[in-house]
Order: sequence, then structure tokens, then C-alpha cells
Amino acid sequence: MSAPPLLSIEQLARHFGALNAVNGVSLAIAPRERRAIIGPNGAGKTTLFNLITGHLAPSGGRILFGGDLITGLPPHAVARRGISRSFQRTNLFPKLSVRENLRLAAAADGRGSYNLFGSVGRLRAPLDKAVEVAEAVGLAPRLDEPAGRLSYGEQRQLEVGVALAISPKLLLLDEPTAGMSPEETQRMTRMLEGLPREITLLIIEHDMDVVSSLADRVTVLHYGEVLVEGTFGEVKTDPRVYEVYLGTA
Amino acid sequence: MIPRLILAAALVAALAAFPLFAGNYPVKLLQEILIWGIFAMSLDLLMGYAGMVSFGHSAFFGVGGYVAALALLKSPGPVSALLLPAAAAALAALVIGFFSIRVSGVYFIMLTLAFSQMFYAVTFQAAWLGAEDGIVGVPRPVALGLDTGRPLQFHLYLVAVVTLAALALWRIVRSPFGHVLRGIHENEPRMEAVGYAVNRYKLLAFVIAGTVAGLAGSLYTQQVGSITPDAFLWTTSGEALLMVIIGGTGTLGGAVLGAAAFILLQSMVSSYTERWMLILGLTFVLLVLFAPGGIVGALRGRIGIRS
Repeated sequence: MSAPPLLSIEQLARHFGALNAVNGVSLAIAPRERRAIIGPNGAGKTTLFNLITGHLAPSGGRILFGGDLITGLPPHAVARRGISRSFQRTNLFPKLSVRENLRLAAAADGRGSYNLFGSVGRLRAPLDKAVEVAEAVGLAPRLDEPAGRLSYGEQRQLEVGVALAISPKLLLLDEPTAGMSPEETQRMTRMLEGLPREITLLIIEHDMDVVSSLADRVTVLHYGEVLVEGTFGEVKTDPRVYEVYLGTA
Repeated sequence: MIPRLILAAALVAALAAFPLFAGNYPVKLLQEILIWGIFAMSLDLLMGYAGMVSFGHSAFFGVGGYVAALALLKSPGPVSALLLPAAAAALAALVIGFFSIRVSGVYFIMLTLAFSQMFYAVTFQAAWLGAEDGIVGVPRPVALGLDTGRPLQFHLYLVAVVTLAALALWRIVRSPFGHVLRGIHENEPRMEAVGYAVNRYKLLAFVIAGTVAGLAGSLYTQQVGSITPDAFLWTTSGEALLMVIIGGTGTLGGAVLGAAAFILLQSMVSSYTERWMLILGLTFVLLVLFAPGGIVGALRGRIGIRS
């Protein structure tokens, strides 16, 4: 609790009609922290991500990133501040090559992207970044393959890669292992473990093995509210969490 | 790269030298193809690259045509022939684009169509623009060091302007900006999520396309010597749309081939029968059914060339 939090969420709320999808959530994520958010389906995890990234406007509360208020900013502005996200449902540029998928994300800082007559090959930085990220997510041999032709597991890797390529300070991962085989899940977990610590992680995950090996701390959401927060060990043994997942006996 | 450059230079030279070998009518057809070619190319920048299917592209063709007519009657120089029409079309595109890019799909089609029809309605009524008769007797300018009142010099001037416009579009779709447009076409929400202010790129694309369309409209006025409200009519937009689709969307070159196919077919069939529209329509139905990638798509499939 010594360093000021990188991301600070205060009394955040989002209602859909009578449904309180997110209902007064407060969270503080320290720089370099790896935080997992778990909770049963419908707990408001993805809604929380959508509120952080500006895809949804909150009904109440505020979000501070690096001390600056970011509530109400559109998604592109949030991304430019250094918050990146991967999506639960793969969200790529299927006809473009792996290299171009990553290069577009890496070039999103605006410099050169309004260049009308220049050549893409001359702007080295985004191209180099694309290769670097492809290596980090294990897609280096597939750089020139259209994203749509990758296997499902590879598409999930690229999904994280696109989010990584914008060089974020905070990376939000929405179920990165969703639908993966056990082997693919292991590979993804190792890849995420290998990410530089400078990238603060906020990860929604259902696979408890992934959570236990990745997360420093775990927040349990239930009906849009924070139920428990603590280390994986603490959360695992908390009777309330057991109740939420398995129901009262 | 070099052979392609030589090929392009040879093509331009052939276009420029065409009047030396051909009579008045084929030259007029070629000029029409070139004018409609860059008009369709500018629409392809929107459709094929940014994924914005506009049904109101005639607005900019018409604005360019009318501004050129008014300006050339005052002073027949390069400013009147090129600068003013392009600038006016850019301004019109900025305003129409500002409202239209906020919606997509069918709503974008309807909104752009509505804007262009508004121009039609206004020019059809406006006495100072000649109402339904339009503006006639527009002189050709002295521009680029050429007295375009003379047929051969006009032809050279036209080829030069069209070549420059095509070259600019060719560069733009390969530039970093052009790649951003492709990304938006592929997955707009993800582009937004990685940090692109998508609407700004779409608006810029819309303005560039409008500017080139305005230039095409101006060249049209100069070639024909007059402009009527029909330039704004939805059929003008529709024909450009057909040309892009016939040629193959997202290829630029296809737009010119589509324009050539459309105009040649129209001129050939209409000399045989009154029902040329029917034959034209049937041809397009068959083309779309059996060559969905357009002429360029069919050529690529046959000889295996790639972009």
C-alpha cells in the first residue's frame, strides 16, 4: 500500500435498467501488481472491464489511472493513456497478416498514422515492435499468415499480442484461456508469466490453476459487488467464496 | 518495382498519344473513361479500403462541376479549373462527412444519398445556376501551360490531371494512413480499442475521396462544356458504385477498368438497340454472379497475379 495505485476505481456503478451489473465497486491496483478477478457468470467482470476501457459509461463513481480521471473518455483515448485489453471473444483483423495485426496496434500512438504519402516499410518502430511481440506470444513463425487462418489457440495468443503491441502500462485480459485445451492453457499461462513486470495485469479468469500461478492478489466479484479480496490462499479458503461458487448446502 | 513503373509510364504515354491514332469519338470515350475512372477510384477509396459504402458520391462530383462552371465563366485559369472545384468539394465532404460518418451500413448509405439529393433539389430550382438547364457554354481553361481550348492540348491536360490524381490515391492506399483504413474496414471496434480515433480517419478518407470526386466533376464540366443538375442525381452515384463493383472493390485499378467496361459497353450496345439499359443490366447481374471479385478478381484468379 506504499506506492500510489496505478488504477484506482471508486464506487463504480453501472445499471442496465433494474439490473445493477456493477454496484459500487472500489478497487486499487498497485503498479507491477498482477490481479485476478474471479466470480460466477454474471458477476459483472466484463462490465467492469468495459467501464475501465470506456466501452461503457458508468452510472456512478470514478476511475483514476496514474492519478488522472479517465471516466468518460472514449476507448481510443483510454488506450492511448496506456490501458490495453484483450477480449473474451477473439477480436482480430482476420484478413490481415499476424504482422499487420500487431503493427497496426503498435502504430496506434498516432505518430505517422496520418501520413498519407509515406511508406509503411519506412516506419521501422511499429514493424520491429510487431516482431518483438510475435516472439513474446509465440507467433514468430506465423508472422505472414493471415490471422483468420491461425488455429484457435494461436488466435487467442494473437488476441493477447495485439493488446500487448500498444506497449500498455496496464493490460486487461478477459479470459485469455477461454475455450483452450489444457496444453494451450499451459502455454498461455507460461507466456503471461513471462511478461515483463512493468506491465501491470488485471485478468478475468475462470481457470483456478491459471489464477494461482499468475495472480498476486485476487478479487472476487459477486452480483456486481466485491465479495472478498486477498491472496489466492486467503480467497480459496474463504467460506463465502465457496458458497458463491457451489451454493449453500 | 522498376518494371511496374515502366509499365505505368508506358500506359500514360499511350493514353496521352491516343489522339494521334484515333478519331474524335474514341478520344471522347477515352476521356470519359478517365474522368469516370478517377471518380470511381475515389469512391473505391471509401468502399474498398475504408469499408464505407457511400451512395451520395455524386454530391462532390456535382459541386466540383458547378464550381468549375461558375469559376471558368469568370476566369478560365487553373485556379478556376482545379483549385476551386477541389476545395469546394473538400469543404462539402467535410460537412457531409461530419454528419454521415457517425452512422454506418444502411444508415450511412441513406444519409449520403439524402445529402446528394438535397444538392440536386437545390440546383434544380436555383435560377442563378440555370435551374434544370444547368450552366452551358463553359470555356476550357489555360492551365498547366496548355491552351485546353485546342483538342490535343485538352487531352494532354486531362491525362496529366487524371494521372496525378490516380497516383495520389495509389500512394494513399499504401501509406500508413491507408493501412489504418484497411484496419477500420476489417475491425472498427478493435481499431478504436487499440487507440485509433476512428472517426477522424474516416472523416479524412471521406474528404480525400470527395476532393478527387470534385476534381472529376470539374474535368467533366470542362470536357462537355456544361453541367446540369443530373450530375447530382443518385444515378451518378449509382453508376460509380457499379463501376467499382464491376472492376473489383479495394483495388483502385479495378475502378478504372470498371469505368472502361461500363462506358464502352454503354456506347456499343446503345448504338445497336434502344433497350441498351436492359442488356447492360443483364451483363451486370451475370458479372456479379460469376465474377464476384470483379474484373480484377477474375484476372487475378486466371493468371495468378497479386496486388
